[in-house]
Amino acid sequence: MSAAFALFLHDLKLQFRHGSDLVAPLAFFVLAVLMVPLGVGPEPNLLARLAPGMLWITALLATLLALDRLFQRDFEDGTLDLLALSPMPLELTVLAKVAAHWVTTGLPFMVIAPILGVMLHLDGNSFLALEISLLIGTPVLSMIGAFGAAVTLGARRGGALLALLVLPLYVPILIFATSAIAAAGEGLSPRPHLLLLASFFAGGIVLVPFAAAAALRNALE
Amino acid sequence: MTVAADKAFAGYRLSCRRSERMVFTGLDFAVPAGGALLLTGPNGSGKSSLMRLMAGLIRPYSGRLEHDGMRLADDPALHRELVAYLGHQDAVKPMLTVGEGTRFWASLRGNKHRADAAMAMMGLADLTETAGRFLSSGQRRRAALARVVAGGAPIWLLDEPTVGLDVKSIAALEAALAAHRAEGGIVVAATHAPIALPGATGLNLAEFEPESLEEEEAA
Repeated sequence: MSAAFALFLHDLKLQFRHGSDLVAPLAFFVLAVLMVPLGVGPEPNLLARLAPGMLWITALLATLLALDRLFQRDFEDGTLDLLALSPMPLELTVLAKVAAHWVTTGLPFMVIAPILGVMLHLDGNSFLALEISLLIGTPVLSMIGAFGAAVTLGARRGGALLALLVLPLYVPILIFATSAIAAAGEGLSPRPHLLLLASFFAGGIVLVPFAAAAALRNALE
Repeated sequence: MTVAADKAFAGYRLSCRRSERMVFTGLDFAVPAGGALLLTGPNGSGKSSLMRLMAGLIRPYSGRLEHDGMRLADDPALHRELVAYLGHQDAVKPMLTVGEGTRFWASLRGNKHRADAAMAMMGLADLTETAGRFLSSGQRRRAALARVVAGGAPIWLLDEPTVGLDVKSIAALEAALAAHRAEGGIVVAATHAPIALPGATGLNLAEFEPESLEEEEAA
């Protein structure tokens, strides 16, 4: 377990040193959301209705942007061979990398999303639901993404393939997260939607490490 | 974490298939504790494939690997514990210093305290604070070798360890190999360059080329 934590810190350190790794997804998230009022007009009611969906769709796409670095660089420079051969099980390696990926994508989104919510006139009651949906949902995005990145590792034009593979899998997350925010905005309880979202989190954290590790072993053969 | 090193590493009737091609068949080898195995053979004869197979990165098409009479396929965790692998790529991160990289890999094996001695052994004492992107290819190779030394695994699998190394560094590598074997460690190396491995068994991969392939080449 301490080895997994060491890998988590190592990955974080690498991403902080590559400043662009950190800035690119967040900048994409902010800029894409800022485009919405410019595109649809500044009408507050319309923006408020669009806000949950826009915030989440851009969060999906911004997560996608950072996925290929999850394993690709390590695969190319031989690091992945060594990680697969380290005493730590490859499943834990995957979890540590997913955690590091989330800290540099999902977590910054959580910090910036309320500000973007204000700009989109998001209903005042929705902010808590927005934050909770991001807290539970974005780790699932990183997990599913890790699975997709592992499966497409070594494939030519893997980036395009990765998006095609992962985006359909993001659909349930998008649906339950946005309906939680919308429900809160209408004065209803977001709880059932968030619980369903949490079930995806629970399923993902159990299944993804095994699936992704199997795919990585296959890619290294 | 240490694993008893005074055990033999052996393979029986190993064959390896890469996509549709048999690379080698019917390969046996055995290295006693403190022993060394030197893989030779022309390009494409499967030295690197055998290395990856010994490391457990690729599964043998047939045959088995054993350590101390234990089938390694039955215990992948033990297998990972036993081997240190140096491939063609150095896995040196451009944005990390040599010290950070070596300490990280050593800590994954619970041997962080060995990192500094390993770097000194490979002549990297002055480069510990240098980032990977400023290293020459020989220095990167030495950093990769320091990682193997620091890891403390009993079986070292070194694929072309001398690539890019100068004479002084090759001498340092030879000293490291001798020290490892003196402690009962096992060395398997594939190299075209001459390297001092006293008492090493030779294994020429060309002898295990599948017959069908020779026919194809003759045709």
